Amino acid sequence: MATVSFGGISKEASLEMLPDADVGDYVLVHVGVAISKVDEEEAQKTFQYLEELGEIGELTDVDEYLPKSE
Amino acid sequence: MKYMSEYRDPELAKKYLEEIKKTVSQPWSIMEVCGGQTHSLVKNGIIDMLPKEVTMIHGPGCPVCVTPLNIIDKAIHLALEENVILCSFGDMLRVPGSGKNLLEAKAEGADVRILYSPLEAVKIAEDNPDREVVFFAVGFETTAPANALSVIHAHRKELKNYSILASHVLVPPAIKAVIDDEESKIDGFLAAGHVCTIMGNAEYHPLSAKYKVPIVVTGFEPLDVLQGILMVLRQLEESKSQVENQYARIVKEEGNPEAQKMIHTVFEIKNQIWRGIGEIPDSGYQVRPEYAAFDANKKFSIQIEEAPENPDCISGQIMKGLKKPFECSQFGKKCKPTNPLGAPMVSSEGACAAYYHFSGLVEA
Repeated sequence: MATVSFGGISKEASLEMLPDADVGDYVLVHVGVAISKVDEEEAQKTFQYLEELGEIGELTDVDEYLPKSE
Repeated sequence: MKYMSEYRDPELAKKYLEEIKKTVSQPWSIMEVCGGQTHSLVKNGIIDMLPKEVTMIHGPGCPVCVTPLNIIDKAIHLALEENVILCSFGDMLRVPGSGKNLLEAKAEGADVRILYSPLEAVKIAEDNPDREVVFFAVGFETTAPANALSVIHAHRKELKNYSILASHVLVPPAIKAVIDDEESKIDGFLAAGHVCTIMGNAEYHPLSAKYKVPIVVTGFEPLDVLQGILMVLRQLEESKSQVENQYARIVKEEGNPEAQKMIHTVFEIKNQIWRGIGEIPDSGYQVRPEYAAFDANKKFSIQIEEAPENPDCISGQIMKGLKKPFECSQFGKKCKPTNPLGAPMVSSEGACAAYYHFSGLVEA
């Protein structure tokens, strides 16, 4: 079992379906079981998709929408 | 980056809406399969901001809603047995059975416990060796691994007093049934991201190819849903029909192999009745004979007579996408979340509940 922080609330979650998970990873937990690790590179694509469609002319300020690093 | 609030950015949502408007040239109907996506669409007002050419059809992806009446009656019957602790996810409690619901059974003295995880039920069984603990194992492919894991844990601990009352449904056979329904006319699908987290995308390629429909595996935040809709529309406008993955930050092409292994260890595929829809071939899981000792259906011989559905409830048509909740004569009148006639008004994934709470159609 691992301890997972849900926006500050700590809960136990099973890692039996996600043996590769490591301390510090972001994981998706469903009914007490971690089922997927967040892929950071893929996570950016929703913010870049419109830009990739060639709409750069209208989206010169796209950086505004990118998540700020914390 | 927290991978959550960033996907609720209203300004980028506007940009997506603009792009959707620019892309669409003719009317299209898109079904979002999962009730979580329905809630995102209605709660965030996306449904009202889409161009009039785009019709969103709400799919059957609400496990609580499609759990057969007969199994709910069984769970209530078991809960009322003297020695039984009936454990369940919270949103099953108000779902109407043919007589009462689980919450009313609890009020009559039944030991019904709301749990967050089936693994907690195993702990309750360990702590109460003289009682029979039954977990009401309802869900799609997303929940099946955790329910299976509870059986494995109980087996490892050699518990004799733990079993699950399984009612599992599978998404790809339901999509096929929806397309095959003569009344339906759906041009593209948003597939349920969390189901694919477990099962991967392999089952959707043959569906997309056979029926020539775009299928985009999609997440649940507003930007996810908007991007998923845009990806489907782009394919439709270009006469393409492929499987794409909008939710790749969570969904890997092959899914989660460990979770699939867990499912197949404990469950086998069977024909399944979907409440309001009927039987769909190969669309459910039952506990394998090797684990019969943990199968409440085998452990307790309960014969429950088939009961008729409430004739005032049109949830079957709603779950097949043929009608919208507000087209029901009882919506917000006789049928409310506190006194539901049908399961879609209860569940956090039910289409009727989404419209009741968030559409502004019902005055508080």
